[in-house]
Amino acid sequence: MQEFEPKIIAFCCYYCAYSAADLAGSLRLQYPANIRVIEMPCSGKTDVRVLLEAFEDGADGVYVLGCMEGDCHFLKGNFRAKRRVQQAKKILDEIGIGGERLEMYNLSAAMGPRFAEIAREFTERIRKLGPSPLNKKYASANSRKAGEQE
Amino acid sequence: MIIAEGKPLAEVAGLIQGARKVLVVGCGGCVTVCLAGGEKETGILAAALRLLRQKEGNPLETVEVTLTRQCDPEYVDMLEKYVTDDVDAIVSLACGVGVQFLAERYNKWVVPALNTKFAGGTVEHGVWEERCGLCGECILYKTGGICPIIRCSKSILNGPCGGSQNGKCEVNPETPCAWQLIYDRMQALGKLDLLMEIQPPKDWSKSRDGGPRKVVREDVRLA
Repeated sequence: MQEFEPKIIAFCCYYCAYSAADLAGSLRLQYPANIRVIEMPCSGKTDVRVLLEAFEDGADGVYVLGCMEGDCHFLKGNFRAKRRVQQAKKILDEIGIGGERLEMYNLSAAMGPRFAEIAREFTERIRKLGPSPLNKKYASANSRKAGEQE
Repeated sequence: MIIAEGKPLAEVAGLIQGARKVLVVGCGGCVTVCLAGGEKETGILAAALRLLRQKEGNPLETVEVTLTRQCDPEYVDMLEKYVTDDVDAIVSLACGVGVQFLAERYNKWVVPALNTKFAGGTVEHGVWEERCGLCGECILYKTGGICPIIRCSKSILNGPCGGSQNGKCEVNPETPCAWQLIYDRMQALGKLDLLMEIQPPKDWSKSRDGGPRKVVREDVRLA
């Protein structure tokens, strides 16, 4: 049976994670191809609704990357993101999708290796959790298709 | 403004259990300001309800609309084009007034998504406190602008009572004693003598006596 490949959305702050992703690329660091990076002007742009809609649109996991605490370009954006992520985690728990499928990490633009490490760490976490309950049907359809090919 | 708070998601989901398509209606008035039922909260609730139902294998279609106010018929009328035959229920993110106005206007199952709490104001971003008891006859001029009706746990008019300790209320040690606040304020204003006057019992007939209240302004009526 084909191994489950999670679909993960990484919302990245322009001032840290987005540059860290560039750096990880320049350093030729390997990280899972499961993550889809979305650039944000600041992690403070994080919106609970958008996080939920990512799951609705098929994500198995979502994470938000913001600057180190105290280093936000807009001073408090990353603290606001942290609280919104907490709120969205609570809603995901209530729905039964599970708050552990959503996380917030902090890093700086100089931390390319950390960017790759987070991608590996989070992908591993979601791989262990399995497909999102919303994608179960899709996942089994996928595995059936894989079975047919074999 | 009227302060409200979202009901738990499971409760709202339970209220629309049999519905396949719902209108999720926000309100641009008080509940937008107290971050309970504005456009943003409407979007979050609709997304959460859709996710919940998708997970249960019983997908829900939502249509989100945020009216300027749900407590004015002229705005409630604007919902008409969205209230189609296939809409099974309307979820209102307004205070209790808005929910009732929608229910009166449309022949649909209308459910509240919020619990309406009190008339209050913002003390800091994300914190709201009760300030007015809607008693129908304002006496704030007697008490230095601090309402003993709602801010005193006992609503007494000649306070403080014996339960006032170190400026706090015996009912909840985190609540300031309203009469201590009144005394301090009147002292600062040099009007302590006004507090010497004994207040007679309040005329509660202006409050909840005689059923629902009504205000009529003949000079502004159109008909």
